[in-house]
Amino acid sequence: MALLLFDLVLCALLLLLAGAAMLSRSLTQAVTLFIAFGVMMALAWARLKAPDLALAEAAIGAGLTGALCFTALVRYAKQPAYPQPALWRPLTFIGLVTALLLASLSQIPLQPSSAIPALVQQHLPQSGVSHPVTAVLLNFRAWDTLLELLVLLLALLGARQAPGDLPRYRGWSLSISWSRLLSPLLLLVSGYLLWRGAAAPGGAFQAGALLASGLVILRLNQQLSWLSWRHFWVRMLVLGGLLAFVLAGAVSLLLQDLGAVWLSWPQSIAGAVILIVESFATLAIAVTLTLLVVGEPKPEVADA
Amino acid sequence: MTIMLMISWLLLALGLMFFLAGSIGLLRFPDSFSRLHAVTKADTLGLGLLVLGLSLQSSWREGLLMALIWLIVMASGAVSCQLLARFSDEQPSESATQQED
Amino acid sequence: MLSFYLYLGTAVLLVGIGGLGLWRGPELLRRILALNVIGAGIFMLMVTLAYRPVMQGEPADSVLHALVLTGLVVAVSATAFALALLGRLLTRAD
Repeated sequence: MALLLFDLVLCALLLLLAGAAMLSRSLTQAVTLFIAFGVMMALAWARLKAPDLALAEAAIGAGLTGALCFTALVRYAKQPAYPQPALWRPLTFIGLVTALLLASLSQIPLQPSSAIPALVQQHLPQSGVSHPVTAVLLNFRAWDTLLELLVLLLALLGARQAPGDLPRYRGWSLSISWSRLLSPLLLLVSGYLLWRGAAAPGGAFQAGALLASGLVILRLNQQLSWLSWRHFWVRMLVLGGLLAFVLAGAVSLLLQDLGAVWLSWPQSIAGAVILIVESFATLAIAVTLTLLVVGEPKPEVADA
Repeated sequence: MTIMLMISWLLLALGLMFFLAGSIGLLRFPDSFSRLHAVTKADTLGLGLLVLGLSLQSSWREGLLMALIWLIVMASGAVSCQLLARFSDEQPSESATQQED
Repeated sequence: MLSFYLYLGTAVLLVGIGGLGLWRGPELLRRILALNVIGAGIFMLMVTLAYRPVMQGEPADSVLHALVLTGLVVAVSATAFALALLGRLLTRAD
């Protein structure tokens, strides 16, 4: 009963925050409400027994998306206010479609019919890790993760083609010293998440997102100035996740029999391969997300 | 045992009161400085009371973790409050300046 | 059981709210936020479907969790790309 009350409050809060973010007059309010929405989503994932997602959402939805949206908001400051369009036409249409979708929800069976979860449980001992989500991500469906790293790289390359110049924020002593205090802590926690991912909720994505938020904090406080695309080793870090993945795939193809499938690890060294690939993937995800969020410092103009 | 439980629930209720007061302040105060004041100070204290109340009902390890979380939230709340106040270009409103005199 | 349908309904309503914001706008930034709300609704639908085994006392469906985890990271990178394009658009409009 208490749990149902919690669910009701959480769902109402999620819907209210999303609705207010979509309908509020000022864009600043919309962005702020959207960030609050991200935090509440993390709570919802935790409630729905998805701790991996809650960890990732807390780092991404509350940290990185907030920094991204506020950066975009700065650019809107110079724009004139937009007129508020009429509501009734979209409301009628979308309300109709949503009502139909809601009515169709009763068709969803309560018993899951898919055999895949049982298969995951059955093959978990051979995967090299004991946490099913990590096993799926880095062993059973390693293709997805490989291509996901490629998508991240493509997003970064695309964003680099559209540089926009932003007013640089001069650091302030209090926030700089706090960022120096906070970043080793974030590094520690992300390393812990990466290591724990083999047996418990955690892994490359959560660790990478958390590390990225730490790097973003440092970069916004005028530190880590070497962390830009121009630096050779930074580029190598960004590519490192993909390279480590492909190399691991090639080596395990050579180590296995002729009929082996691409990106299937030999059972005896699966744990080690997953840890190596995850470490490089964490660094790649962290650096890529950081570069996506904070962009490039302008090369010539120094803050004198 | 039951006395501990009662103290714990009392602390939890008190913490919620502070959260409520901070949120009302956030909604009702006239300018951004007093809003910041309300939300950071009251929420930090409220969170501390919640942590204290919950740690009475949990093991010492969980209590220590929650206390650490409270420390970090307190410090980052203080820093972000100062940052927001520093970079908001709003002047303090009439009523707020009068109260300072 | 009741919570299951509650979260399913919330997921669908989130998609609806996001669709409303996507249609109505008016700013491009709000449309990008709306796309993210739609994405959150779809993720919630998947995670709620993955929750079904929990009601029978089994662990949740890890394949769906892994898919949503990948989706979260892809969504934030796509948002960053969209915002970079938006920034370019706004600086050119000046």
